[in-house]
Amino acid sequence: MRATGSQDRTRRDLVTAETFDIIVVGAGMAGNAAALTLAKHGLKVLQLERGEYPGSKNVQGAILYADMLEALVANFRQDAPLERHLVEQRFWMMDDRSHTGLHYRSDDFNEERPNRYTIIRAQFDRWFSQKVREAGATVLCETTATELMQDANGKVVGVRTDRADGEIHAGAVVLAEGVNGLLGTRAGVRKRPTPDTVALAVKEMHFLPREVIEARFNLKGDEGLVIEAAGTISRGMTGMGFIYTNKECISLGIGCLVAHFTSTGETPYGLLDRFKRHPSVAPLIEGSEVKEYAAHLIPEGGFKAIPQLYGEGWVVVGDAAQLNNAMHREGSNLAMTSGRLAAEAIIQVKSRGAPMTATNLSIYKTMLDHSFVIRDLRKYKDMPALMHTYSRNFFLTYPELVSESMQNFLRVDGTPKAEKEKQSLNSFVKSRSWSGLLGDAVRLARAWR
Amino acid sequence: MSTDRSARVEDRLFYNRYLLDPGHPHIKVRPHTMPSSELVSMLTTCPAHCYVANDKHQIEVAVDGCIECGTCRVICEERGDIEWSYPRGGYGVLFKFG
Repeated sequence: MRATGSQDRTRRDLVTAETFDIIVVGAGMAGNAAALTLAKHGLKVLQLERGEYPGSKNVQGAILYADMLEALVANFRQDAPLERHLVEQRFWMMDDRSHTGLHYRSDDFNEERPNRYTIIRAQFDRWFSQKVREAGATVLCETTATELMQDANGKVVGVRTDRADGEIHAGAVVLAEGVNGLLGTRAGVRKRPTPDTVALAVKEMHFLPREVIEARFNLKGDEGLVIEAAGTISRGMTGMGFIYTNKECISLGIGCLVAHFTSTGETPYGLLDRFKRHPSVAPLIEGSEVKEYAAHLIPEGGFKAIPQLYGEGWVVVGDAAQLNNAMHREGSNLAMTSGRLAAEAIIQVKSRGAPMTATNLSIYKTMLDHSFVIRDLRKYKDMPALMHTYSRNFFLTYPELVSESMQNFLRVDGTPKAEKEKQSLNSFVKSRSWSGLLGDAVRLARAWR
Repeated sequence: MSTDRSARVEDRLFYNRYLLDPGHPHIKVRPHTMPSSELVSMLTTCPAHCYVANDKHQIEVAVDGCIECGTCRVICEERGDIEWSYPRGGYGVLFKFG
């Protein structure tokens, strides 16, 4: 299984003998974006990846947003392993036996340069990493970075790895180590994620013949579809389920706030099973063969959970910096953009011949503040607290009420419509009271604006 | 109930590919007589069901099926209930799809 061993050893000797301008820790979306940008500008880059190959430790739903990748690899559509471009999005509000849906489908999404794709991360990241290597970066896999090395003044001067003689020096380190990154915490530059700032998501890959997927989801060719679902499936916890179509498989998963898992005693796989058995979901995956079960943390703290983004000799990017827009289910694009901007900041400092101090690296934060990344996260800065505090209202009570109203409205039983509407309204008022309803509406509007 | 549950998780983990590193567990539980409520919550919250209670009601961890999500680190590390690292380079779970 470790056939690359001897090749690796040669490579390691090379690595320790060389000195690098920059070390990038991690070969996910943010790390690859940073390493690619730095290497394209001629900097000597070493990228460390603990997995057997880039992508072997990475988990995502996964949706790829074309624009942010295009800024890095202009012609990526030529050879990137893309699954399906999305032509339809469904939002489901679920109770235990039903869903109320909002669908948007448009033929405009069948465009020459589609805007969103589904991808399979292990395959996509391998391709992305190949671009990084082609640009001239040295990518060293099967190497876990264990610690940041700091000089007497606290400036980061390199990393320690789990290899023998594994100390590697560099002018600066890009921390692209993911949501559960250890290095930043161990060096005291960033806090460990807390149970109320991360969600735990579990996911399965369900394989079906592509014609079955296309028939069940009303797709043709490489068209794809996304379902995002919330409601009683999360048992009153803040969370969402998702179903993404790939060419020959369906990515299906559910995630909830870690703090809510610990307080409810629900199991992640129990939730996943219940989601799969739901009468709206079961027919979509019937007869499928499951080939993988994965779990991953998702940063959910939003703007208020963003740590210090730069310091003496270091910057932090992507999930490690909690850069995830939970409201819009966007993460990899924020990761790619922050990785690229961090690299551009480093390039600016380097081109002035200036040292990689906190003051000089602060332009990374300025650039990020002006980008959609921080502007979007700031817009929704109050949403995480609202969703996390009032989770039972938003994820249990309202979905049940909506379902009840829909069923009441649709069943034809001789009751006059005005009376049906009154019944539905009464249910809402009975469950939440007028002041409760008004309070929820005001809180939601305030957090959203 | 709990045997039922763990059996189902083990079936799931069977789909995954791992490179085990015997003798180098990347997560360790601190010896205890009474587990903290955080540690007890791992019996249900760990998505790979790595945490189990022994007959003295102490919590043990078996890392072979770990999918390296870090949930137990987030819940238990601060209290010192566990020590958490990533597996050595190349070892652990190897996602084919991710």
